[in-house]
Amino acid sequence: MSAKRTLPAEPARSVAAPARRAWRYPPLNALIGGGLLLVLIGMALLGLVWTPYEPLRLDLLARFQAPSAAHWLGTDEFGRDALSRMMMGARTSLWISLLSVSFAVVAGTLIGMLAGYLRGWTDRVLMMLNDALLAFPGILMALGIMAIIGASQYGIVLALGIAYTPSVVRVVRGSVLSLRELEFVEASRVIGNSEFYTMLRHIAPNCLAPLCVLATSMFGWALLSESALSFLGLGVPPPAATWGSMLAASRPYIASAAWLGIFPGLFISLALLAINLFGDALRDRLDPRMRK
Amino acid sequence: MFRFILHRLGMAVPTLLLISVMVFALIRFIPGDPALLMLGDMADAQSLAQMRSSLGLDHSVVTQYLIWIKSVLSGDLGFSISTRQAVLPLLLERFSVSATIVLVAVALATLIAVPVGLFAAWKQNSAMDLGLVAGATLLLSIPSFWLGLLLLYAFGIKLGWLPVVGYVMFADDPLKAITYLVLPIVTLTLVEFGAIARMARASTIEVLRLDYIAHARAKGLSEGAVLWRHALRNAFAPTWTLVGLILGNLLGGIAVLETVFTLPGVGRLMVDSIFARDYPVLQGCLLLITCIYVLVNLCVDLLYPLFDPRVKL
Repeated sequence: MSAKRTLPAEPARSVAAPARRAWRYPPLNALIGGGLLLVLIGMALLGLVWTPYEPLRLDLLARFQAPSAAHWLGTDEFGRDALSRMMMGARTSLWISLLSVSFAVVAGTLIGMLAGYLRGWTDRVLMMLNDALLAFPGILMALGIMAIIGASQYGIVLALGIAYTPSVVRVVRGSVLSLRELEFVEASRVIGNSEFYTMLRHIAPNCLAPLCVLATSMFGWALLSESALSFLGLGVPPPAATWGSMLAASRPYIASAAWLGIFPGLFISLALLAINLFGDALRDRLDPRMRK
Repeated sequence: MFRFILHRLGMAVPTLLLISVMVFALIRFIPGDPALLMLGDMADAQSLAQMRSSLGLDHSVVTQYLIWIKSVLSGDLGFSISTRQAVLPLLLERFSVSATIVLVAVALATLIAVPVGLFAAWKQNSAMDLGLVAGATLLLSIPSFWLGLLLLYAFGIKLGWLPVVGYVMFADDPLKAITYLVLPIVTLTLVEFGAIARMARASTIEVLRLDYIAHARAKGLSEGAVLWRHALRNAFAPTWTLVGLILGNLLGGIAVLETVFTLPGVGRLMVDSIFARDYPVLQGCLLLITCIYVLVNLCVDLLYPLFDPRVKL
């Protein structure tokens, strides 16, 4: 009895152990990236219910005030509180990026799975069109689409969503092509499951890892492209605030009110840094080639 | 070699054709009369009728495309609605400004980032490596238009070393032209340095794990010879592909930087044409940039065997 107490059973060594350890001690880039991302998302969510001042309220007596206790990030050319607008901008910028990536992931997954699973002519035609779309640089395609549909919040979502769909199609099709020949997919067919069920139950979940890595990178691209489009004046129309449009609006006053340009750019950079760090950590964890 | 070039060129032709169909279709998607779009609201009835017949609007869409592509291939991209200038010379003039900035910046970034990436990989996990990786990730996360504004503020406004707005063509006054080009080039070099250094480091780390590197070391070669003669060429190949992609993407995305530095490049021309609803210019810009993107990637593929000894033609 005592021997049993003093000699506890040695835990079985499993392949999952290193993964569990990595989960318990997440790498530094995941911690910093994830933490920063949470702060920015928190700021955007808080902006939904509360901002220090009304973001659109003009106060011509308080124009161009430098950062102070009353206005932490100063005020703009119309006396609007920059921090409140930054919170509003976080909401708009992150929401547009999320919607664009979701559009690209859903549309790209459907097309990629269809092409990879059906193969033959469907695959060839879809991939030919997809490769032609990939030949357009993403931001250029978004600019072309914005020229047709005009500047609006959902216009950007559509433009960026369409621009990023071809990359998702490539990744999903590649995964499906390698998965469909594996034994467990064959087994699913043999036991009488329909093609649709096999695709949904057995193939789709296995495409998730590369898709997660791509979606994280795309979130960064979308955020940068949205800021760039807003900076060019092709984004969300004023008076709504996005980080890019705030940066563009600060240009004429850069010599006299530099803070108006510094903070929006700093927030875009922090968001991109968070996504890059988090994306690196995710890729290290999910991409088998990256595991040492 | 010749067959490979022919094959790769053959692959680029359908892509270019599809791109031309898409650019043609893009303008046709805009609601309204294409002749009116091409001439602007001020056009009189006679020139509208002329434009309609020259665009072939009374024929099928396929015939319209064939008429359009025939004029494109003969170098006729139409006339700008706002300035009445021929589109092709306008495009080429503006393109030279953008191409100078992008080419010089990417070349500089590659020349600096590749040795830095190689060194970081060699000293993997040292404090120097971690610092370089952190610096590269930080630079990668800074949008070019913000970094440009900060540099403009520091060197243009605060220190007054470099001009803030305007541009002088290189042919008119080379020395003055350089002063206008320094800040945009430095901005792009810094931003692209991050991406290229990270890629160079990652691919060198993979190469340094291979057996032939161990063999080269076992032969007694110095570390310098191992890195420069054996690791660099293999590690540079993936970086070279990234450089091609960056070149193409920059030509599409340079509009923001040209806006910051008020440069008369092709990106700014395209954005202005969107605002002015100058569709012939917009169509020309889209066509030019996408064709160059395809051609740049084609050149990257063709030059690939120079850098990767494993790829034989």
